[in-house]
Amino acid sequence: MKPFMKRLNIWLAAAVVALVPMAGTVAFAQTPLKGEVTEGVIEPMPIAIDINASGSDLGDKISRVVMADLERSGFFKPIDPNAFIEQNLDVNATPAYTSWKTINAQALANGLATVDASGRLQVDFRLWDIFSEKQLLGMSLTATPENWRRIAHKIADAIYEKLTGEEGYFDTRIVFVAESGARGKRVKRLAIMDQDGANPSYLTDGSYKVMTPRFSADSQEVAYMALRDDSARIYIFNIETGRQESVGQIQGMVFAPRFSPDGTKLAFSVAQGGNTDIYVMDLRSRSTKRLTREPAIDTSPSFSADGSTIVFNSDRGGSPQIYAMNLDGSGVRRLSFGGGIYSTPVYSPKGDLIAFTKQSGGRFSIGVMSPDGSGEKLLTSSYLEEGPTWAPNGRYIMFFREPPGAMPSLWTVEVTGRIERAVPYPGGASDPAWSPRLK
Amino acid sequence: MSISTKTIAKLMLVTFVTASVAACSSKPKEVIDTPAKPVEKEEVAPYVPPKKDPVEKPIAPVGVVPGSQQDFVVNVGDRVFFDLDSSSIRTDAQEILDKQAAWLVRYPAVKIRIEGNADERGTREYNFALGARRAEAVSQYLTSKGVVPARIATISYGKENPINTEANEDGWAQNRNGHTTLTEGAK
Repeated sequence: MKPFMKRLNIWLAAAVVALVPMAGTVAFAQTPLKGEVTEGVIEPMPIAIDINASGSDLGDKISRVVMADLERSGFFKPIDPNAFIEQNLDVNATPAYTSWKTINAQALANGLATVDASGRLQVDFRLWDIFSEKQLLGMSLTATPENWRRIAHKIADAIYEKLTGEEGYFDTRIVFVAESGARGKRVKRLAIMDQDGANPSYLTDGSYKVMTPRFSADSQEVAYMALRDDSARIYIFNIETGRQESVGQIQGMVFAPRFSPDGTKLAFSVAQGGNTDIYVMDLRSRSTKRLTREPAIDTSPSFSADGSTIVFNSDRGGSPQIYAMNLDGSGVRRLSFGGGIYSTPVYSPKGDLIAFTKQSGGRFSIGVMSPDGSGEKLLTSSYLEEGPTWAPNGRYIMFFREPPGAMPSLWTVEVTGRIERAVPYPGGASDPAWSPRLK
Repeated sequence: MSISTKTIAKLMLVTFVTASVAACSSKPKEVIDTPAKPVEKEEVAPYVPPKKDPVEKPIAPVGVVPGSQQDFVVNVGDRVFFDLDSSSIRTDAQEILDKQAAWLVRYPAVKIRIEGNADERGTREYNFALGARRAEAVSQYLTSKGVVPARIATISYGKENPINTEANEDGWAQNRNGHTTLTEGAK
């Protein structure tokens, strides 16, 4: 294991260095992210993926999904299977290491997909360290054949976890707003797809505008804002049952929902008489508590990972900035001081960073800062981008970007800012929300 | 209705003529029956529906119907504009809102919805809050000029309903507005 990690260090260059301080808040505070980010380029690790199947193309299909997942993470460079010297590997035999060394594969994942008598798909796979010549992982996964993509994502998760030391994030889904139509008359529908853009489907019919969907911790419920000509309300939509319900009988416009990490509470904004404040609702008792009482805009609440703090957006100091408060509304403190306009703070599920949108110099950026507001780092920049949402491992942020006069689309960026990828979805898409890992 | 009346009139005329001839020949029964059909074929043209002539249709009245949606939009102005990240009623907006208030006082059956809008140079949720502030500013101004609050509803559309889709300062300036929609009681 150790020699392999040593080479991984070489291959991943500064990336692994960056992973270490990510492990805990204390380490992070001692080593500001900013310092490491500027140095080095990530050298993705060459990896060979070879899942076989007898008598079907399922093996190739699974291989392609695993390769695409690993490639988009930015830490791996899957090798073109046409370059493989050793063919038709036996999943229960040791690979011919030299033939993999020849094509410069640092790691190999090979496997076999079979469908058993009862019709269940089984995929056995092993992960090999080519240079230290040993097995790193051996695993068997089963599912119904139509869930072959989830098997592929779980294989990619296992490989990613073993080789980076971080939690995988490929077996996840995205809810988002699918946009269509001319800019002045957009149709905005709630939609869901796999993290890699596969299996998209619409959850609402477009008769009203859907915005800002957010996942609950159990990944089955989504809170979103519904805008009609004469009302703005929050609904909680159950993905499994397709049922939805309006959140409470609240006077005024209700928007900006966000679940607490344990899923028992929902924070949101209410605009009444022109003033917008933050409320929190206990979802079991439906009792609602008002947290802010300023004659200012207080919106975009987001819970900290431990549920004890809410970060939010307020213009109480004159311009939109990021603030934090305790769960009872006490202890309000300003976090952003970098100059410019700050909004949409979103706590990382790991608790070590807050993602935000910043406007300065006529451009929008997605950035991260530590929970005390220090160590600000801007990761991306364009004409218009916002809506950050965290991958469950706290390592990637998805957001949407809208070029002038064009449709918005979804992007991911890694927390050091060095890996940026478009999310493969063909239509207009905005307001992404990343699910927790599926169970 | 006019079809059968006219046809019957023609047939009656034909019948009358042939009947007069028959009266002279003193063989009334035969003559009445037999020539009636040929005469109808030769002299009565296939029915052509009458042209609507002259055609009647209403013309738009000179000027706009007082108290109508069009009256409000054309003669009063249904939209006022705001400065960047501001909900202060500008001087040019005051003029329009004074006229809106006077018009609404004149037509007390009309109910309105004030829609606050923002440009795309802000994040979605903040812009909903900003639009709500703008709608309220318009509402309060109208109320101060005598419009009963019960007639006014407000909402924010944030940056979701741009009226100008240009990605420049002109476009953004037009999208920072408060729009007054007549929801009830207009003529």
